[in-house]
Amino acid sequence: MSSMTFEMPNFALALPEIFVLSMACLILLIDLFLSDRNRVLTYLMSQATLVGAAILTVGLHSGEPQLTFGGSFISDTMGDVLKVFIYLVTAVVFLYSREYLRVRQLFTGEYFVLGLFGVLGMMVMVSAHSFLTIYLGLELLSLSLYAMVALQRDSVTATEAAMKYFVLGSLASGMLLYGLSMFYGVTGSLDIAEVGAYLKQLPGDNNIVLAFGVVFVVVGLAFKLGAVPFHMWVPDVYHGAPTSVTLYIGTAPKIAAFAMLMRLLVEGLGGLHVQWQDMLILLAIVSMAVGNIIAIAQGNIKRMLAYSTIAHVGFLLLGVLTGTANGYSSAMFYIIVYAIMALGGFGMIMLLSRAGFESDRIDDFKGLNDRSPWFAFIMLILMISMAGVPVSVGFWAKLAVLQAVVRADMTWLAVVAVIFSVIGAYYYLRIVKVMYFDKAEETAPLASSFDMRVAMSANGLAVFALGVYPSALTALCAAALK
Amino acid sequence: MSSDFPLLSLVIWLPIIGGLVVLAAGKNDGLVRWLSLIFSVMAFAVSVPLYTGFDTGTYQMQFVEEAAWVPTFNINYHLGIDGISMPLILLTTFTTVLVVIAGWEVIQYRVAQYMAAFLIMEGLMVGVFCALDAVLFYVFWEFMLIPMFLIIGIWGGVRRVYAAIKFFLYTFLGSVLLLVAVLYLYFQSDSFSILDFHDLRIGLTAQVLLFFAFLIAFAVKVPMWPVHTWLPDAHVEAPTGGSVILAAIMLKLGAYGFVRFILPIAPDASHELDWLIITMSLIAVIYIALVALVQEDMKKLIAYSSISHMGFVTLGFFLVYSIYDNTQSVSGAALGMEGALVQMISHGFVSGALFLCVGVMYDRLHSRNISDYGGVANTMPVFATLMVLFAMANAGLPGTSGFVGEFMVILSAFKANFWIALLASTTLVLGAAYTLWMVKRVIFGQVGNANVATLQDLNGREALVLGSLAVLVLLLGVYPAPLVDVMHASVGHLLEQAVSSKIPVIP
Repeated sequence: MSSMTFEMPNFALALPEIFVLSMACLILLIDLFLSDRNRVLTYLMSQATLVGAAILTVGLHSGEPQLTFGGSFISDTMGDVLKVFIYLVTAVVFLYSREYLRVRQLFTGEYFVLGLFGVLGMMVMVSAHSFLTIYLGLELLSLSLYAMVALQRDSVTATEAAMKYFVLGSLASGMLLYGLSMFYGVTGSLDIAEVGAYLKQLPGDNNIVLAFGVVFVVVGLAFKLGAVPFHMWVPDVYHGAPTSVTLYIGTAPKIAAFAMLMRLLVEGLGGLHVQWQDMLILLAIVSMAVGNIIAIAQGNIKRMLAYSTIAHVGFLLLGVLTGTANGYSSAMFYIIVYAIMALGGFGMIMLLSRAGFESDRIDDFKGLNDRSPWFAFIMLILMISMAGVPVSVGFWAKLAVLQAVVRADMTWLAVVAVIFSVIGAYYYLRIVKVMYFDKAEETAPLASSFDMRVAMSANGLAVFALGVYPSALTALCAAALK
Repeated sequence: MSSDFPLLSLVIWLPIIGGLVVLAAGKNDGLVRWLSLIFSVMAFAVSVPLYTGFDTGTYQMQFVEEAAWVPTFNINYHLGIDGISMPLILLTTFTTVLVVIAGWEVIQYRVAQYMAAFLIMEGLMVGVFCALDAVLFYVFWEFMLIPMFLIIGIWGGVRRVYAAIKFFLYTFLGSVLLLVAVLYLYFQSDSFSILDFHDLRIGLTAQVLLFFAFLIAFAVKVPMWPVHTWLPDAHVEAPTGGSVILAAIMLKLGAYGFVRFILPIAPDASHELDWLIITMSLIAVIYIALVALVQEDMKKLIAYSSISHMGFVTLGFFLVYSIYDNTQSVSGAALGMEGALVQMISHGFVSGALFLCVGVMYDRLHSRNISDYGGVANTMPVFATLMVLFAMANAGLPGTSGFVGEFMVILSAFKANFWIALLASTTLVLGAAYTLWMVKRVIFGQVGNANVATLQDLNGREALVLGSLAVLVLLLGVYPAPLVDVMHASVGHLLEQAVSSKIPVIP
């Protein structure tokens, strides 16, 4: 590090990031000159950007982890796998959103450009190898998200949600930054590998600054993840934002948040595992408890899914806190599966909605089996998957995390987790109940577009197919964290 | 037929595929009914070679299939059957045929979904009986809840939603602990194979914890007192077909869990805690029988009678330890164990038949209350004859299948403890009391009211269903040997496992 000569960084490793950045800027410019009639071009270019980024990421993949930009950027298997899923999930988000935005006169270039900048932020988070890079990626993502929530300028709930999100999000970023600064103070480095090595050889764990640092970092992460007791923003933002934005917030950024957990806690602060493990145990238990119990009381399905997210975050933390490679790969599997399920859940709300009808109350799903047996079936798969009932991929996600927890000799924690999933099963079942057992209040036929229907069907069937044959995905996650 | 033909997979997947085909057939109800019948009969037909090709001389798993499923966690698609599971598979495939026929005209709302749910469930239940990989077992076990939940909730009675959710949550709570127990065993053995679990040595404390985790899962399903309260609700609200499947097969799944998991995996804990199961079983046998006595609703009465009869099954399983302590041999215990297994099959026939009888009456008068009937024998003589036969079997009359199992269990109970035997024998009185009293009020006497006077006797379809069950009840009653012979080797092996200590030997 001390050498004064300027070393040319290896730009090739960051080619996907550079590509997304250039394309996002380009689309921003082109969109300026497009009439509303041709706006679909923005959408198509955004999708093309994601496809291109995926091709670059896969094409540039090499088995060995490689560093560049003075060690602040890493390209490794975990990062590449997570990035590919981020592109995939975002592409589906864009696809689902198109019709929804068009009907509501929200079909503007901003949504897609901000979405792409968000993706860039996530990519930076995933590939970060220095505290500063993580922070950079996180802020890029967060700022995009704040703006997206506020996209519906005339809606009071949306602007309120954006305000809340911004204030609380900034607070969380501050906490995180403060904690990171403490580590910088003790170790004298921002490089994750150097900090990690320093902490591993530390003799005792009685360093008060480090203890404070861990607390602030974990609090910051918990805020961003929406773990209890730092979850207050989640239901309001999910509820207040337009469903297409909720869909975006609730899916891809979760994958990036997992990467952030891995880079910060595991690779950086792995030496302090004993300290953060206890904190995560507490966060996980209360998240599962609060998320699952309060979700029961919700009448709005977006709020319900928000609380369900909180509960799922609890499960994610269970995998991470084990401190084993087995646990990390299980948590990775869990979060990817969760993103796919959440896509379907929010996507279904958008599929059933139309102009002037949001279809976001649980009662709006009444009698769906009479209106459309096929989509009732798809929703059934999604709900049982979220509840963790086989045969659905949600079951395997829970199984993977639980076996890691049991292997880490914390069977009691697994028992706590499954008890809360039984409580959680109730509100997922309630959706099944209104769809299948109640008579329809809405009789209007579904008004969604053809591509939306196909994608939604594929999404539900993917949850089912991965449930029947999960081994490709589990093996991928295991290989990513070798 | 070559020995490596995947027969078990065929029995599992044929009805499931059939269910999907039926769903696809959709709106055409006539086609749906015939397709369902064809698939259920085919599933039964392919399950028959399991009996005819079965080697009764060995306790080893037969018709074994094994393939890697999720290598990351060492989970395999591992199937196989022994003398305990094979009869239960035949019971499942046979009962499903009856259920399809029984729902022929009765079900008018969403016929395709109804039939598909039963066909899919058939495959899943067979899967539970075949699975030799614990995760595979759990997948079948849990997934089964979904079609049953829908069956109760969509085609059920007035309080169907309450009953469906109660059913689901109760059984789900039980089974998640099963999952944790299985994961613990995986942690210990690095394998999910149930047969590997059987060879595992576990300390007593861990065994006791495993015992309770398994017990909660299986006791809810059996159901044992005091976790039985979901059953009367589910039975009363479920459509006839749902009640039949619940009583005839689902309850057996719980009992099957006892012999597949608890006894071989945690024998020392079972030995320590056999008094608990015996007490719970006796309470079920006596107290629940008394509860059955006062029921006004026929379905509820039969539901309680099921709980009481299943008490006999669990009693038979856990008598083994007292008998072993008294005689130092397992030969006496074999009688009780086989009695319990025979009772499972017999109860499948008898309770299924009784629910079908109630269904026959309900389809005509839309009431399940005993007080709405009276003197049915006058207008429906054929029906009355059959119903009385099933009632007798339920009460354990010699010559019917109900007698065989109960008699074997009581007989072996005498070897264990006189008082247990005495208390268990009260079922002969109580069972006769509640069943025959119901029969008296419903079937015999003067024609109760104008509605009963208009009743039509069985049509051909109903007569076929009930008649075939009657033949089996009598056949099993007078000549149970074919069934018992099949079980012999497997029961012997099970008892050996159940009495050999699994506590690690400290060198």
